[in-house]
Amino acid sequence: MNTLRTYRFTFWRAVFGALLLAGAYATYLRFMYGLGAVTNLNDQFPWGIWIGFDILCGVGLAAGGFTLVATVHIFNIEKYKPVLRPAVLTAFLGYLLVIFALMFDLGRPDRIWHPLIMWNPRSVMFEVGWCVTLYTTVLFLEFTPAVFEKLRWHAPLRWFRMISVPLMIAGVILSTLHQSSLGSLFLLVPHKLDKLWYSSFLPLFFFISAIAVGMAMTIFESWHSSKAFGRQLEGPLLASLASVLAVVQSTYVAMRLADLQHRHAWSLLAESRIETWLFLLELGLITLPLALLFQARVRKNPRALYWAALMVIFGFITNRLNISVTGIERASGVSYVPKWTEVAVTLAIIGIGFGLFRLAAKHLPIFEEPDVHGEKVTPAKLRALRVA
Amino acid sequence: MAFAILFDSTKCVGCRSCESACAEKWKNPYDDKIAAEERLSAHKLTTVVTKGDKFTRKLCMHCLEPACVSACPVGALQKTAAGPVIYEAEKCMGCRYCMTACAYGAPTYEWNARAPKVRKCNMCIERQTAGKPTACTEACPNEATVCGEREAMIALAKKRLAETPDAYYQKIYGLDEAGGTSVLMLSSVPFEQIGLPANLPKEGLPDFTWRALELIPNIVSVGTVLLGGVYWITHRRQEVVKAEGRLS
Repeated sequence: MNTLRTYRFTFWRAVFGALLLAGAYATYLRFMYGLGAVTNLNDQFPWGIWIGFDILCGVGLAAGGFTLVATVHIFNIEKYKPVLRPAVLTAFLGYLLVIFALMFDLGRPDRIWHPLIMWNPRSVMFEVGWCVTLYTTVLFLEFTPAVFEKLRWHAPLRWFRMISVPLMIAGVILSTLHQSSLGSLFLLVPHKLDKLWYSSFLPLFFFISAIAVGMAMTIFESWHSSKAFGRQLEGPLLASLASVLAVVQSTYVAMRLADLQHRHAWSLLAESRIETWLFLLELGLITLPLALLFQARVRKNPRALYWAALMVIFGFITNRLNISVTGIERASGVSYVPKWTEVAVTLAIIGIGFGLFRLAAKHLPIFEEPDVHGEKVTPAKLRALRVA
Repeated sequence: MAFAILFDSTKCVGCRSCESACAEKWKNPYDDKIAAEERLSAHKLTTVVTKGDKFTRKLCMHCLEPACVSACPVGALQKTAAGPVIYEAEKCMGCRYCMTACAYGAPTYEWNARAPKVRKCNMCIERQTAGKPTACTEACPNEATVCGEREAMIALAKKRLAETPDAYYQKIYGLDEAGGTSVLMLSSVPFEQIGLPANLPKEGLPDFTWRALELIPNIVSVGTVLLGGVYWITHRRQEVVKAEGRLS
């Protein structure tokens, strides 16, 4: 058992090291020789996986933070409290990584602050920039109490308690705005985005699917945390989170199908094009987990639940990549396959994300639940409570 | 005062004088190899494109409601009252949303520069405001490219369509494509055959995003009240439960 553990650890450490090395070399090339040298982007196809995956998926996968803050603190559904910290942590790390990733894609990363000074309120990108900046600040403030608890600094914790309610409301509003606005970005290209995906409801779809994937990510993390540290969320809690996920995801699927119907877009599926197959793949990945999640048997089985959550996550990623990459390709007239350096940077960032989450979950009170609002619960007290 | 360019592909003989004049104005390199590229790029802000036995031009269309201008988060792109859509490199942070947004593939990027800029035609705004025609117009030996007031250009286009109806596909491209453009085009064949998008809505593209953006004040105000209200109710309920628990 012990040797197995050591082996697993070093194997993943080697993977992590390799990803970081490749990423570091790609980073060097990116900043020395420019975007043209490290990406397969061109004037016809200006956005690739750094936008499609790192930004569009990154922001969505970090959506658990705001949904659970709203659930626990605003709707006051206390049973989800143990999920809150990991979700807020994922969100905070997620947003930091998104901003980090953006530094690679921006032609002039040294000017990332420009939208704060030079305004264009008619630009969706301007709004996304502001919301992401403000919300990352909110997440920082929501996350710091965990650090202060670790350091046993009680004075600032009281201060955080004072501002926490307006902060949480601001966080939920900001998230609603920019999660949907990432979809609004593509409203501008009715002439480019394939009819299978272009819909005036894109902002709504982006918002709802982000809520669903945020919950799926929480289930995903709890599983991995239990594998790594034996710390995880309790079964009944995960099962109940899964039923909420089932409801949100089925709303999403129903809306997507109704939209296709409304736009008379079903006939497009009769054409044998690469887009059709990718659309069907996406549809399968967002619909199949429903068949699993609606079964109590699956919700109670951590492994089955993990696979259902993983499908929701992959369905989400497929959707974002379809809209930002494959759905645009035909209109652009060129075919885009990411260069190895693009993939290397993206994988390195994912690796860093896993690494940071691991560090934080190990050293900070993440999967144990002392709280900003109520009384302070020490792990000892928590254990006592559980026994009682 | 709103300048416009009228390009008449039936008169274009593919001499590429416009290309070289444009390159000269921007101090871009120009040689036979670049002439043969036939696509817009950071060093080629206008190009002649050979379509079988016909020639056409590509350049920024200077939309009346430019998607790029609405896309730019820092306002680096502006539609001037004089007509041209201009770019301020000092503001640009290189997000390239303008390139994604543009229906004509007009903005191009300095992909291999360490501090890259977007490049695009500015319709020679500095020449036009000084009373001179654009460099491409001045270079054109055959009046395939002419420039002047937009109304005058539309009138000229209509005149050409009426005088030799057989020579033309009876339509002025740019009158209302995505809200209209300041570069108008004439052709002997349907415009998609000379590489212009035929699937554009009549409405300006910025309207599509604005319909979502204009909801923001409502989402913020209604959302804040709603969330604040829900917070108050759910926590009040808890307090009531606590207080009643103490009483009983």
